[in-house]
Amino acid sequence: MVRGGKMSRVDQPSMRGFSACLALIRRDLTLTFRSPGQAINPMAFFLMVATLFPLGIAPDREVLSELAAGVIWIGALLAVLLSLDSLFKSDQDDGALDQLLMSPHPLPLLVLAKVFSHWLTSGFCLTLMAPLLAIMLHLPSEAFSPLMMTLLLGTPVLSLAGSIGAALTVKVQRGGVLLTLLSLPLYIPVLIFATGAVNAAMQNMPYTGHILWLSVFLILGVCLAPLAIAGALRVINE
Amino acid sequence: MLNVVQLSCERDDRLLFSNLSFQLGSGEILQIEGRNGAGKTSLLRIIAGFSSSLSGDIFWNDQPLSTVYADFRLDCFFLGHKPGLKLDLTPLENLVWRARLSNTIINREVLLAALDRVQLAGYEDIPCSHLSAGQLRRVAFAGLIASPARLWILDEPFTAIDIEGVSWLERLFDEHTHQGGMVLVTSHQPLNDRQGKLRKLNVEHFGEERSVDGERGQDVQG
Amino acid sequence: MNWTFFHKLGSPKWFYDISGKWLPWLQVSSLVLILVALVWGLAFTPPDYLQGNSYRIIFIHVPASFLAQSIYMMMATAAAVTLIWRIKLADMALKVMAPVGASFCILSLVTGAIWGQPTWGTWWVWDARLTSMLILLFLYIGIIALRGAIHTTEAAAKACAILSLVGVVNIPIIKFSVDWWNTLHQGATLKLTEKPSMAPEMLWPLLLAILGFYLFFTMVMVLRLRIEIISRERKTRWVKELVS
Repeated sequence: MVRGGKMSRVDQPSMRGFSACLALIRRDLTLTFRSPGQAINPMAFFLMVATLFPLGIAPDREVLSELAAGVIWIGALLAVLLSLDSLFKSDQDDGALDQLLMSPHPLPLLVLAKVFSHWLTSGFCLTLMAPLLAIMLHLPSEAFSPLMMTLLLGTPVLSLAGSIGAALTVKVQRGGVLLTLLSLPLYIPVLIFATGAVNAAMQNMPYTGHILWLSVFLILGVCLAPLAIAGALRVINE
Repeated sequence: MLNVVQLSCERDDRLLFSNLSFQLGSGEILQIEGRNGAGKTSLLRIIAGFSSSLSGDIFWNDQPLSTVYADFRLDCFFLGHKPGLKLDLTPLENLVWRARLSNTIINREVLLAALDRVQLAGYEDIPCSHLSAGQLRRVAFAGLIASPARLWILDEPFTAIDIEGVSWLERLFDEHTHQGGMVLVTSHQPLNDRQGKLRKLNVEHFGEERSVDGERGQDVQG
Repeated sequence: MNWTFFHKLGSPKWFYDISGKWLPWLQVSSLVLILVALVWGLAFTPPDYLQGNSYRIIFIHVPASFLAQSIYMMMATAAAVTLIWRIKLADMALKVMAPVGASFCILSLVTGAIWGQPTWGTWWVWDARLTSMLILLFLYIGIIALRGAIHTTEAAAKACAILSLVGVVNIPIIKFSVDWWNTLHQGATLKLTEKPSMAPEMLWPLLLAILGFYLFFTMVMVLRLRIEIISRERKTRWVKELVS
């Protein structure tokens, strides 16, 4: 190879957007793997919320099983918010965000890849942890599967909707509280339907409707949120 | 070819520059000068397409820039104040993700050769957090060397670079322009004009002599 | 189509000049209407056969709730205009409307609570419409806070516009989910598509009050917008001439 030669570029008709997305996901997962604190802290927070509720209310089995779905979901919601703060901010701080914005690939696509890797390291891990919390809070066994289903469908929506707020506050110093304020109204529908499904299951009622609505939110989120996030990132970095 | 016509930029009620026009053709270097806050970085970011709200026209290969962003970005390498490297990744990993984002086919040999040229051979598997500020810049330059982009937009590339590095970078510019590339660079330091290809443009000449400053002063006193 | 009128509408100077002529009319008509409606509603309409006199708070509660919701829609419209046509005046309108909308939202919540005490026996219930209104207040506060947190005017303008549009997509979803979640509130007092179930002697002062509140909002907005125009255009010649 020639010393100091150049790499060749893919010809324009074959834009490799998918390969760029994979590279981005791989990069973000590697980063999380190398400094796992970013992913572990929200999980520890999740566990702590589940510990504090029985201490603050009552260790009573009846009361806790009533509250369990809500506590787990609120804990997951806050944990996701906690992890969202650094999603774009770390890229903004070291200048990597400029490279993202300068990419010839569609920004919404790249953003979707970033949100996906965020979900893998936050929402997905929280979902895996949820059964442990469900046992701690005496969630009835018939509610386990709806809880897991709602978490699997709902936490990606939390990542997507919250990323809009994260993009808007990317240049705000100590923007954590603002991020919470911007994201909570977007989280309310998810919270309502997710806890609704678990509570319906606990009363032996059908919960398919809830699950379907959560799927609708997920589809809406995947279609619309990347556009808003990309728009926000461009606007803030003008 | 880059053609900038009658560009104006206003930031927060402050006119940075107006009626700024220039052309940058194949094999040319343009150095943007001006004191701090004169709008050098704003100018580069507008040209790089970060900002869509501008008055004036920018043409890339005779097409309005806003219609050929993807084309332009394929052929442009932007390096800002911050090198844009992830400190937890190794130099090689950083070069790989950046190349993938700019639609380049990864060639490990080329990347290693580029790292060798910036005197970072042997550092390819050491996390960037172990490197100094100057070395981080060099990693970014390695990306520049390996990239097929024709237009380089570099904002203060000489920061954290030693004297040797400066002349090395100038040679790199010469080589790039020799191959038909274009370089748009801001710098406080005067660049050496080796082959008569260097042109300079002072942003301040396009700014208004600000009466604004006077008013601000009065505000403070009052 | 000739778009000049549209761009003329977007010129701050033109708006400042024309709104100066509207302002006295707006001030007088809104105050007169509100005064007439309130005196009529509070003193002359008969008491409700179920709720007695406590229902009279609707003459404030209903117009405030109407405004809280429609101001958000107006903000979303202004946001779309800001993003699509980049008209500065639209962003100024977006900026000055947010605190007014939030105030009407708070007014609606507070009067609702005062009405709830004698009617339901409690200040606050987690009913669907109350909750939606509370979430609407969060949306308003979010927009106001975001504007305060971003220091560049242009970036703040576009960021708030994006947030308003995201909010407007979200509002029907919130409304629907909250309805699903719980419904206790009495049905809507006024529906445009149906024949009003209210007695006409109560309806007329209510309609007057709503009209008065809308005019009052327009007046407040014009006043605030004029101040905003002066402060943002302070570098231009016409403002300098105006001030000196």
